[in-house]
Amino acid sequence: MTAILSVRDLEKTFGSIVAARDITLDVPAQQTVGIIGANGAGKTTFINMITGHLRPTKGTIRLEDRDITGWPSREITRLGISRSFQVAQIFPSLTVFENMCAAAAAAGSNGAFARVLTPLKSPATVREADASIELFHIAAYRHALASTLPQGIRKLLDIAMAVVGSPRVLLLDEPTSGISVEEKFVVMDVVMSALKSRKLTVLFVEHDMEIVARFADRVLAFYDGTVIADGAPAAALADRRVQTLISGTKPEREGHPHA
Amino acid sequence: MLTAFAILTDGLVYAAYLFLVAVGLSLIFGVMKILNVTHGSFYAFGAYGAATAVGIYVERGWSDASGFLFMVLMAMAIGLVLGFVLERGVLRFVYGKDEVVIVLVTYAAFLILEDVIVLIWGPRSYGAYQPMVAADNIEVGDLILSNYDIGLVAIAALVAILSYWALKHTRYGRLLTVVIFNRETAAAFGINVTLVYTVTFIIGAMLGALGGAVMAPKISVTLGIGVEVIVLAFAVVAIGGMGSIEGALIGALIVGICRAAAVHLVPQLELFVIYAVMALVLIFRPHGLFTQAAPRKI
Amino acid sequence: MWSRANLFGALAFIAVAAAAPALPAWLVSLATIAFANALVVLGLVILWRAGLVPFGQALFYATGAYAVALLSRYAGWRDVFLLVAVGAAAAGMVAFLVGFLLARYRDIFFAMLSLAMSMILYGVLVKTETLGSTDGFHVESGTFLGYEPHGRALNLALFWLVLGLSAVSAFLITLYFRTVAGALAMPVRDNEIRLEFLGISVTRLIHLKLVISGILAGLGGALAALAVAHVDPNMAYWTTSGGFVFVTILAGVGSVAAAFVGSLVFELLRSIAIDLLPGFWQLILGSALLLTILFLPEGLGSLFYRLRRAPEQGS
Repeated sequence: MTAILSVRDLEKTFGSIVAARDITLDVPAQQTVGIIGANGAGKTTFINMITGHLRPTKGTIRLEDRDITGWPSREITRLGISRSFQVAQIFPSLTVFENMCAAAAAAGSNGAFARVLTPLKSPATVREADASIELFHIAAYRHALASTLPQGIRKLLDIAMAVVGSPRVLLLDEPTSGISVEEKFVVMDVVMSALKSRKLTVLFVEHDMEIVARFADRVLAFYDGTVIADGAPAAALADRRVQTLISGTKPEREGHPHA
Repeated sequence: MLTAFAILTDGLVYAAYLFLVAVGLSLIFGVMKILNVTHGSFYAFGAYGAATAVGIYVERGWSDASGFLFMVLMAMAIGLVLGFVLERGVLRFVYGKDEVVIVLVTYAAFLILEDVIVLIWGPRSYGAYQPMVAADNIEVGDLILSNYDIGLVAIAALVAILSYWALKHTRYGRLLTVVIFNRETAAAFGINVTLVYTVTFIIGAMLGALGGAVMAPKISVTLGIGVEVIVLAFAVVAIGGMGSIEGALIGALIVGICRAAAVHLVPQLELFVIYAVMALVLIFRPHGLFTQAAPRKI
Repeated sequence: MWSRANLFGALAFIAVAAAAPALPAWLVSLATIAFANALVVLGLVILWRAGLVPFGQALFYATGAYAVALLSRYAGWRDVFLLVAVGAAAAGMVAFLVGFLLARYRDIFFAMLSLAMSMILYGVLVKTETLGSTDGFHVESGTFLGYEPHGRALNLALFWLVLGLSAVSAFLITLYFRTVAGALAMPVRDNEIRLEFLGISVTRLIHLKLVISGILAGLGGALAALAVAHVDPNMAYWTTSGGFVFVTILAGVGSVAAAFVGSLVFELLRSIAIDLLPGFWQLILGSALLLTILFLPEGLGSLFYRLRRAPEQGS
């Protein structure tokens, strides 16, 4: 099973603060990985390193057979790793359609020179933008200014923009954060079916254990900068340390004192 | 050897001038994050006011010392009024807008004030030489130094020490430091940021006017002095870091000495040197030599 | 490609060109300067849309102007097309070089560094004898592919030259705003980091915009040098940069037309104000700016745009 994403001994320190350490794992193509952990456990640091926003202090990151450690975000994006953000990063002054066109054009263009010669709303770009809008069910908001969107639609737009460039790996940083409990499952359903249809490898950070259990093939549990559990959702979520440190459920009494 | 000494003294005097001119600008930028183009107007009003004051005291035959004091007080009074009018009348409507937009607003105010100066004082130039002449010169070796220039350096040093002390050791100064560091946190702690802004702006205006007043005896007080001074003040503040008194001082010294060196050694580079240093500092340390960059929030 | 607005613009240019011989010479001269300045403003609009406000466009303006003046004086070049082309190219080259640094900065630092660079040029020009120092020097009138007009003919020839170049620039920049590079200006202003995560090097994009704006400003400067027949260091001074920024504020960045109309109106108003109310021009200008910034932040051009705009979306 060839891994599409491989990480070895990844570490990130900020001065004396160790934000992430000893992270080693392989992600096979088209797997859906749920990442859990308390705030500050290193999840976002992990994502930031993979997407090039942070440079690892130690370790390597490979996309298939290519070493991408320390590469800048835009080159990593060009190679096929995309991300969405905890706080949706959209273009507030533009409409949803314009946001998508910008994303599609950015992904499609090659080089500064080409960008001066290609029209933004070329037929190909418009097609791709429309396709993504349909895929994520946000067509009703097509002409709304992004700054006026409700939270759920913002997050969908954010993810749609990350997907329009046909990435191979997608990292979602808390895709349901800020969305009401009733809506979370609805949004995730839309997102996951959209992503499955595009055959993407997905890693998503989530605090809601039910969502993780429902949508992930595999769970990575972060604590204190490192991975303390890695496996199928049922097993990982039942792991005693995960329960104590992360999900907050009491482990069954076995007569052993917990850490 | 003589040249080196001349460069040093010239540089020091010019640095004193730059510091006095720039310290108010630095303060306003540090606290309010506003690059205040109207600072040039404060300077000009201070100079013109000083010229008027000199005219008055000479006419009335007051002593030079009290005349000088009168001149300084007049200028600071003008600064106070101007600062108050500007802050309450114009600036407070644009707080919260984009930094650059606020700069443009101050530029618009500066233009208006340029014409106001002409309306009040007319287009002619004024001289206010009397204090400088009265102070006389002393000879140090082969150099003739003006006592007024020495006095200027002393005043600059005094202002520097006072500002530094006020920031570190008075309650108001410490409030200011908190606001400089992070306005939102300061407000969350119950500090009346609006009041701090108004007071700071007025102090900055008074310092700017003071700069103009003490310089008036050395220059020809005429149209356009504000225009020249602003961009020099910007250079000093950019070099030293905005909001830092030490920064304004070091920035003034660097620019002063470099310029003096250019004037004595390679006169063609006089202006070039000032802005080249500014550009270099902006390139390598955009926040100036003495300020920390604010951490980038993502 | 040929939208209604474009067609209207083209007709307007042709109409103005045709009307010129019937207009008094002072008006034609004024319009010539206005359109030369409008080119600089157009360059500013390109940067402004991306959220960048340079305080030193005079650097490129003066480069274009002095290139023309120096080639005319020391190399004996007289053909206006050649001079103007080289002036614009020289300014573009300066923008290209300066851009390596400048494109890395934003907001107030961008503005200040831009200002510093223009003041460096000013400092050099003021202190250099061979460049005329503070007085600058005279620029010989140019020839138009061999034809050497004088008096009224020169007045008109210069105007048509500026008008023609303005029309071409307006057309090209209108196209530019529809390209990916041009249209991504707003996203740069809105959320630069997102663009980086979409695979775009924003620094390189801004570098490109700097070069385009530099070429336009240089073109404007070169034309101004010919029109006024004089160059001096003041063309690099910060108040000159400020003047261009003002027109941009008043005209707004909503359309290419605004740069030209705005510039023309500005020059007319300035002329009238200096004539009728000498000593009040800066007061009037400052007040107009304050009012515009406070109440019409999109510029006066936006009024027109709002009146004209049909409620169609997603065009």
